[in-house]
Amino acid sequence: MSYSNSRILLSSQREGQVSRFRAWVIAVVPLLAILFQVYVPLFFQFLSILELPLLVVMYFAIMRRNQIGALLLGAVVGLAQDSLSKNPLGIFGIVNTLVGYFAASVGMRLDVDQGVIRMLLSFFFYLFHQLMRWVLVRALLGQELAFEVQKTLILALLNAVVGVSLFHFLDKLRERS
Amino acid sequence: MEGFLNRYRSITVLLLVIFAQLILVAVGAKTKQDVRLIRVWSVSAVSPVARLLEGARGGGIGFLRRYVMLHDAENENRRLRDENGKLKLDNIFLKNELGRADRARALELFQTKTASKAVAATIIMMGAGSNSMEVFVDRGTTSGIMRGMAVVTPDGIVGIVRAAYPTASEVLLVTDPDFAAGVISQKTQARGTLKGEGTTICKVDYVPTEDKVEVGDWFFTSGDDRVFPSGFPVGIVKSVRASQPFQEIAVEPVGLKRGLEDVLILTEAVHQDIPTAPMGNQPIYIAPPPPLSGGPLTEVPTGTGTEADKLRSIYKSVGESQSFTYGGDPGGRTPDFTKMPVGANGQVTGATKPAPPPAPGASPTLGTPGQASPNPATPPVSTNPQPPTVRRSNQSAGAPGGPGGPPHQ
Repeated sequence: MSYSNSRILLSSQREGQVSRFRAWVIAVVPLLAILFQVYVPLFFQFLSILELPLLVVMYFAIMRRNQIGALLLGAVVGLAQDSLSKNPLGIFGIVNTLVGYFAASVGMRLDVDQGVIRMLLSFFFYLFHQLMRWVLVRALLGQELAFEVQKTLILALLNAVVGVSLFHFLDKLRERS
Repeated sequence: MEGFLNRYRSITVLLLVIFAQLILVAVGAKTKQDVRLIRVWSVSAVSPVARLLEGARGGGIGFLRRYVMLHDAENENRRLRDENGKLKLDNIFLKNELGRADRARALELFQTKTASKAVAATIIMMGAGSNSMEVFVDRGTTSGIMRGMAVVTPDGIVGIVRAAYPTASEVLLVTDPDFAAGVISQKTQARGTLKGEGTTICKVDYVPTEDKVEVGDWFFTSGDDRVFPSGFPVGIVKSVRASQPFQEIAVEPVGLKRGLEDVLILTEAVHQDIPTAPMGNQPIYIAPPPPLSGGPLTEVPTGTGTEADKLRSIYKSVGESQSFTYGGDPGGRTPDFTKMPVGANGQVTGATKPAPPPAPGASPTLGTPGQASPNPATPPVSTNPQPPTVRRSNQSAGAPGGPGGPPHQ
């Protein structure tokens, strides 16, 4: 099923192959990611650093290469996260919508089957996610939210490492063409 | 126009979705009440799964482990090793069960001792987002939970119900920066406002500089906020810095100190007095409830405090009954500890009460507090029928108000 080559940039959108997933995968995997985020840290506090919903949104975005689908998935996942947090509805929603859209856009241009690319994308989209959330909370809600650059960079790296493994697992859920 | 929309379809949808969510944020921020249906859907979708996971966690994992172990029993050595492992697992499982039962008992004891009406709840998940300071409990509107209810444990206050859904409720913890509650210091009655800081330490704001507050002082709820009834422990002062016009007081909340699993949600809060006795940091033993058919009061050991204190007083009484002076000649005679003073029901009596000599034929056993009374008609008042782990948990669950009872009354 591997169709990646040594090139990172695709010369055209046609060159990139669109991955397809069954509907239940797109419904269940984000739900499990959200459940992981809200349930597992009860017993393993350190796992609260993982932003699995973000990684899942990003994965489906870059693999399906469908901007509208990706931004809608991001919006739904983000709103679900907002619902399970004290935030007003929309903060995570907007951030994840943007992540979905931009990830799908990037996915059209890059060979996202390469591990390095995936890791870099996870790293940058985690940073983007945190930065956008910080901006929105400050700008829209007028609240002070701590943004520690060093800590965020480390967390981005950790999430990127986890993201690569997670993507490898999610690859197995792709429909075979 | 149509061609334009087709060409920029993605960006148009993006802008529409962002705009819709901006309206959601604006409505939520302005009215503090956003589209509740979306939250209800999300919580209703996630909380049953979390509940199932929580239910399956104890039994399921234990069963799976034992099952795997049985299949690994191929030879004698492995069988024995596995059996040993199984017993250890059983032990852990039973300890967990005892701990769970004890937490339930502690909550039940607390419920009987406080005038407020409460509903016990279990924490099933945390709020979304890293470093989340809110949790979800398994009780919702169907259990009578409403927004704004106080959440406590026998140790102290935990948080406030931020939102109630049919199957679950969201609790804002005391450590959340949005949390605030009226508090009062036990010693000097200095009033202030407890605020979360997003860390494990909270601060008490608006305490004037002239009010005296010291490290180690206890803060209780003042009842001013009309959420928490007065008299519930809040926390211990960790640091005080003089500042103008208000002091900077850091408080360690006691409600979260031992972790969170089971909590009480106060459905009908009743104010209670703030204890005047000094609070101890050590967990205090909660005495078991008095027997229904009371035994003679002379059987009650007057040794107060921990089991070690009681044991010490018993040995002291043995020495006194044999005219032995503790701390005397190191090379001298030692008391005969086989002749323990035994009461009418065959139990070792308390120390400071003069004990009769052992009855002829009576077994001179060292009566630990866990022993059962040989006379069922007179259950021992001094005994605690629980195993040590349970006792420890009870001690930890007990309010630190002293042996006379918790301070919540």
